[in-house]
Amino acid sequence: MHADRIFGLFMMVLALGYILSAMGIQTSFMSDPVGPRVFPYLVAGVVMLCSLSLILRPDPNADWPRGVMLAKMAFSVVLLVAYALMIRPLGFILPTVIVAGLLSYQINPRPVPAALSGLGLGIGLYVLFKVILGLGLKGLPPALMG
Amino acid sequence: MDLLTNLALGFSIALSPWTLLLAIIGCFVGTIIGALPGLGPSNGVALLIPISFSMGLDAISALVMLTSVYYGAMYGGRISSILLNIPGDEPAMMTCLDGYPMAKQGYASDALVISGVASFVGAFLATIGLMLMAPMLARVAFKFGPAEYFALYMLAFCTLGGIGSNNQAKSAIAAAIGLGIAMVGLDKTTGMPRFTFGELHLMDGVDFLVAIVGLFAVAEVFHFIETHGRDSAIGVKLGKITVDWAKLWSTRWAMLRGSGIGFLAGILPGAGASLGSFLAYMAEKATAKDKETFGTGNPRGVAAPEAGNNAAAGGALIPMLTLGVPGSGTTAVLLALLLTLNITPGPLLFSERPEVVWGLIAALLIANFVLLVMNVPMVKVFVKILQVPSWILLPGVTMVAFVGIFSLTGSAFDMQLMVAFGVMGWVFRKLDIPTVPVILGILLGNSMEDNLRRAMVLSDGDWTYLFSSPIAIGLWLAAVLGFVAPIFLRTVLKKPTLPVTDDLTSD
Repeated sequence: MHADRIFGLFMMVLALGYILSAMGIQTSFMSDPVGPRVFPYLVAGVVMLCSLSLILRPDPNADWPRGVMLAKMAFSVVLLVAYALMIRPLGFILPTVIVAGLLSYQINPRPVPAALSGLGLGIGLYVLFKVILGLGLKGLPPALMG
Repeated sequence: MDLLTNLALGFSIALSPWTLLLAIIGCFVGTIIGALPGLGPSNGVALLIPISFSMGLDAISALVMLTSVYYGAMYGGRISSILLNIPGDEPAMMTCLDGYPMAKQGYASDALVISGVASFVGAFLATIGLMLMAPMLARVAFKFGPAEYFALYMLAFCTLGGIGSNNQAKSAIAAAIGLGIAMVGLDKTTGMPRFTFGELHLMDGVDFLVAIVGLFAVAEVFHFIETHGRDSAIGVKLGKITVDWAKLWSTRWAMLRGSGIGFLAGILPGAGASLGSFLAYMAEKATAKDKETFGTGNPRGVAAPEAGNNAAAGGALIPMLTLGVPGSGTTAVLLALLLTLNITPGPLLFSERPEVVWGLIAALLIANFVLLVMNVPMVKVFVKILQVPSWILLPGVTMVAFVGIFSLTGSAFDMQLMVAFGVMGWVFRKLDIPTVPVILGILLGNSMEDNLRRAMVLSDGDWTYLFSSPIAIGLWLAAVLGFVAPIFLRTVLKKPTLPVTDDLTSD
C-alpha cells in the first residue's frame, strides 16, 4: 500500500469530518452574503480533490523507519510531550537536563557525552535566557521555592 | 528628493547605538544559523521570533535584529556548502556544485572570499532595488480591492505550490490544510466559534508561531534523529584566508548577472531564494564559453548562485512589505514576525509608518557591510562553530524552541501542539509534501476569507465580481499559469546532482 494512498484516504475522512463540523457553525443575525461556512466548505473541497488525486496517482514510497528506529522516534515524541507538561511544575533546569540528555543519547548513543550535554544545556540555556536575556523562566520547581 | 529624505529618516533610526548593536548581534547569530546544516533562514528566524518578542523589544528593534538574522543566514549558508558539501540551507545548494570542488583542490579560502563578496554584491544591489521599487509597487497596491487581494492570495499559493513541489496535488493539499487550520477559532465577522470543539485553548485560533516553530524546527529534530545525525564537521581544513584579487575581479560579471536574475526571481510570489540561486547558476553556465568547467570548481559557478540567492532574499521582501504576500518560506516567517509586532504590511505601511519601512531598509544596508566584514576576514570563527557536534546542537535547538513558545504563551497546551506540528512536519517531509504552503495558509487564511467575504458584500453575493477588474483577471491568469507551467517545465528545470563527497580526513 502506498503511503500517499493512506494519506489521501486519511485526509478524505478528515475533510468529511471538517464539512460536518462546518455545517454546525452557528450564524448570527449580523451576517454577510457568504457567512462563516462557505470558505471552510471550499477548503474541504480542495482537500478532497487533492486526496482523490493522491489515491489515484500516488508517488513511489519513501523509506519509512521500522522496528528500532520507529520505536526510537516514538520515544522522542513521548519525551517532548512529557517535557511540555513538566516545564511548568518542575521548573526549567531539571526537565531540560533530563530531556536534553536523553535526546542527545538518541542521536549519539554514548552515555557520558549525552549526560554532559544535558547538564550543559540545562544550565547554560537557563543562564542565557534568564540572566542574559531576562525571560520569565522558573529555574527550580516552584513548589520548592515556596 | 523624496527618496533621500526617506533614507535620512531611516538612517536616523538605524544609526542609534542600540539598533546598531542589535543589527550586529543579528548578523552574527544569522551567519551561525545559516552555516549550521539543518538550521536555515526560515527555522532560524522562526526560533528567534518568540524569544525576541518575550524580551520586549519594540517593533523596529525586533524587525532590525531578525531581518539581520535573515540576511546573515543567507550569507552563512555557503560556508558548509563549500567546506562540507552539505548546504547550510536550501538556497545554498547550488553553491556546493563548484564550491566543494574548489575546496577539494585547496582553494577553500578563495571560494569563501568570492562567495562572501558575491553575497554582498547580491544583497546590496537587491536592497537598493527594494528601496527604489517597493514604493512604486506600494502605489499600485493602493488600487487593490478585496477581489484583487483574493486573486493575489490565489497567485501566491499557486506559484509557491507550482514551483515548490514535484506533485501539484501535494502542494495544493498543503495549502488547503493550512487554510483549514486558520479557520479554527472565533469567526471575526459573526463572532461565532468554528472548529473549537468546546476547547477553550482553541478559541483564539492556532497561534501561527506555534505552527511555524513546530513545522520548521521541531520537525528538523525528528529528521535528524532518523538520519542518525551525521557528524558533519569532521575533516574541515582551512588555511589562512587570503584574497586573490585577480580571481575575484574575474567573477564581477557573474556576480552582477546573478544579482539581476536573483532579484527578479525573488520578487515573484512563491519563488524565493532557492529559485534565484538555481536560475543564476543555470544562466551563468549556459552563457559561459567554458561550460565544461562548471561543476569542477569554476569560481564563477560560486559567484553567480551566491549573488542570486542573496539578491532574491532582498527581492522577496518587496511583495512581503508592499502587498503582505510573502514569496518564500522565510519571508512567510518574516510576515509572521510583522503580524506578531502588530505591523500590517501593505501599501498603508509606507504612508502611515514610514519609520518602520525606511528604518528597516537602512538597517539592511548597514547589515550588509557588517556581514561582509564577518564573512570574509572573520570567516574562520564560523568554521569553528561548525564543529559543534549534532548531539549537542539538536537537543539545544529543541530546548530553544520550547523556551520560545513557553515564554510567549506559558501554556503546556501550545507546547504539545508544537510537538504535534513537529510530527506533522516530519511525516509531510517523508511524503514529499511541502510545509511552506501550510504556513502560508495559516498566516493568510483569515485575511483571504475576509477579502472574499468583503468582495461578496460589495457585489451583493455575485461571484463574478471576483473576475471583474483587469488587475484581478491578470492575477488569476498568472495564478493558473504559475500552477500549471511547472508541470511542463519540470524536465527542463531539473536540479543537477551534488558533487560526490569523499572523505577529507583520508588524505
